[in-house]
Formats: sequence, C-alpha cells, structure tokens
Amino acid sequence: MKHAFSAAPVLVILLVWQAAAMIVATPELPSPAAVLAVLWSEAAHGPLLADLGATLARVGICFSLAMIAGSAIGIGMASSPQFGRWFDPWVQLLLTLPAMAVAILCYIWLGMGETAAILAVTLSKLPNVVVILREGARSRDRDLAEMARLFRFSRKSLFFDLMLPELAPYFLAATRSGLSLVWKIVLLVELLGRSSGIGFRLHVYFQLLDIARILAYALSFMLVIQLIEISLLAWLDRRAAHWKR
Amino acid sequence: MLTVEALAKRLGGRDLFRDLAFTLARGEVLGLAGPSGAGKTTLLSILAGLDSDYEGTVRWDGSPRLGMVFQSPRLLPWRTALQNVALAVAGDTAKASAALQKVGLADAGAVYPARLSLGMARRVALARALAIEPDVLLLDEAFVSLDPRSADQARGVVLEAVKARGMAVLTVSHDRPDLERMAGRIVELDR
Repeated sequence: MKHAFSAAPVLVILLVWQAAAMIVATPELPSPAAVLAVLWSEAAHGPLLADLGATLARVGICFSLAMIAGSAIGIGMASSPQFGRWFDPWVQLLLTLPAMAVAILCYIWLGMGETAAILAVTLSKLPNVVVILREGARSRDRDLAEMARLFRFSRKSLFFDLMLPELAPYFLAATRSGLSLVWKIVLLVELLGRSSGIGFRLHVYFQLLDIARILAYALSFMLVIQLIEISLLAWLDRRAAHWKR
Repeated sequence: MLTVEALAKRLGGRDLFRDLAFTLARGEVLGLAGPSGAGKTTLLSILAGLDSDYEGTVRWDGSPRLGMVFQSPRLLPWRTALQNVALAVAGDTAKASAALQKVGLADAGAVYPARLSLGMARRVALARALAIEPDVLLLDEAFVSLDPRSADQARGVVLEAVKARGMAVLTVSHDRPDLERMAGRIVELDR
C-alpha cells in the first residue's frame, strides 16, 4: 500500500506527459514510450552506459572529497575559534560564488582537464558540507563530552562511539543535500568542458535538437540517483536512528 | 586522599560557595548536603577536573582514578547499556557485564537507553562508574528516582566496594536522610 502511494505521483506525471505528447503531436515533445525506447536502445547499443559510468565516477569522487574535506573543516571551525575565524571568509566567498563561475575559472586556470572539473565541483559543494557540519559540531552535547573525558575514552572511542554517531544526522543531511547538488554541478562542468558523461551528451544532443535523447539521458541519470536515494540513503537513515524509541 | 581548602566559586557575578574546606580519607563515605542551587554539582565538577575556573585549593594524593555518577545518567543513546559500561573499561564486556549484574541489570545489557526507565539508566551509570574500579567515587544525587529497593541495592553495591577496596565516596544530595543512609560524615553546603 505504501509503495502504491509513492508510485502514484510518478504514474500521474507519466499520464500527463503521454496525454500532452498526444495532443501537441510534435517531435519536440516525444511520448514517454518513445523516450523509454530511445533509453533502451542507447543503453544496449549507444554510449549511455559509458557516459553514465563517467558521470557517476565524477559524482562519487567529488562528493567524497567534499564530504571528507568539508567535514574536517566544519568540525575544525566549531572546535577552534581561531580556525573558524580564518576559514569563515573563505566559506562565505564560496557560498556566494556561482558554481558556473567556479567551473569557468577552474577550466581557465587549470586547463580543460579532469582535475579542473573535479576541483570545480568539489569547491562548489564544499561550503555546504562545512556549514552543516560546523552547526552540528557546535550543537554537540557538552555533558557527553565531559563524561567521555572523565571515563578516559580512547581516541578511537571518542571518534567512533561519540563524535560519529552524534554527528550522524548532520552527515546524513549533508549527504542528502550534497548528492543532489553534486550531480547537477557535475552535469554543468561536463557540459562546459568534458568529452564524456551525461552533461557532455546532453550538450551534443542540444546542438542537434534531439529532444528524445536529451530526455532519455536526463531520465537515466535521474533514475540512478533515485535508486541511490531509495536504497542507500534510506538504509543509512534507518541505521542512524535504530537506537531511537 | 583529598584536601579541599578555601574553595570558592563565582557564577554569574555571585558566590556559589566560598571558604569551603573538607577532607576525604581512603575508605570514607562523605556526604555533602545542600539545597538546589548551592553548587553541589559544580563542586563535583571541580573535584573531577571538569571545571578549572575556581579559587582555593583542591589537592589529591597522587592521581586517583575517579568514577562519577552524574545527576543525569549521561549514557550514549546510540549504544546499549552493556556497550555504555564497556566503553569505560576499554571494551571489556566481561567486566561490564559483571558490573551490570551487580546493580541488578543483568538482563538489560542489550537495551538502548531510550528504552530504559530513568531509574534503570541511573543504575547503568552506577555500573559504569564502578566497572572502572575507581579509587574515588563521586555521586551526584545518584539515588534519586530509584525505587526504595533499587536504591538500597545500589547503596549496598557501593558500600561493598568501599569495604572491599577502600574506595572513597563523596556523595551529594539535597535529601539529608538519603545521605544519612550511607555517609559516615555529612558536610552542609549552605546557600
């Protein structure tokens, strides 16, 4: 019953889309069936899977780099006022700098390579992780920290038994918002300066005005992200809250 | 074992306590009585080394191992009762299990704190403090919200460690009769 309810909006969208495609009857709005056929054919005989793999690899690398560096900086900012004061202007700068500008600047300064693409996406996501983890670390329970100090918790326990579980909701929030942000920026940097990936392919089919392929490639990536959301993030959510009443 | 001289603490522009002096000997159970707001919890924090913003002298003989039962149990909510105790003894689950058994919670090892009553959570906190076999045990209203039978059992476990190992105990409470059930000597902490 629960699955039926969550599938209902998708069915409505598909029906509206199908009806609109039938009414306007133009190649600029292909029907869902036509798009699915293209998707299947591109996956079986075209470059879709290779492009999907390239984009997912970039998403994975940028997301991991931003999460690791952003968490370390955010927790560091909350723990040390001096560190916080030093990093705060940088965080503010990156928060207000448009991802497009970061991507263009990275490509100009570092050349049209993979390093520039990865750096651009990571820098665009970084301040978001920093802010979420900084707030999380600031709201940590001082009573528990005192208890751990008194009972002489080892460094390993302080990290794995105290800090990680305490910050788990913030890691999850950063993961959830980060994943959706990162994949959008990855498509942008691919569109601007890569020769592989979903973003690059969208750019090619945009120039050819091939709407069915544009929709097929966009849809394939959305499906993968949804799959990650439903499986991995939902599992992490449950795992992080298993101790609650 | 512990000497406190001319101890004073100011908080929010007023004296929480001043000129406080007492000693605690090995194997002694000392009670500190005082109304709410008299600074009992703050005093224990100072003695435990968690608060260094005070005037006066706190002198320990050597570096005794301190155990403490805080006013709120301060258990990690994402760890089971057994894991909470084991964390204080470097993961020694046998020792943690024995400590839980002593406070009458042998069957609650796998339970998360959210599913424990306040009284049970306090007993887990006591098990954690005793599991490390401390030289000195600091108790902050440790037996409040325990039913009379559990409170007597908990006091018995503490006194057993006093007798067996010469552990010193400093217990604070607003409830003087509660202190009288256990302490050999009681110091008043006036507001």
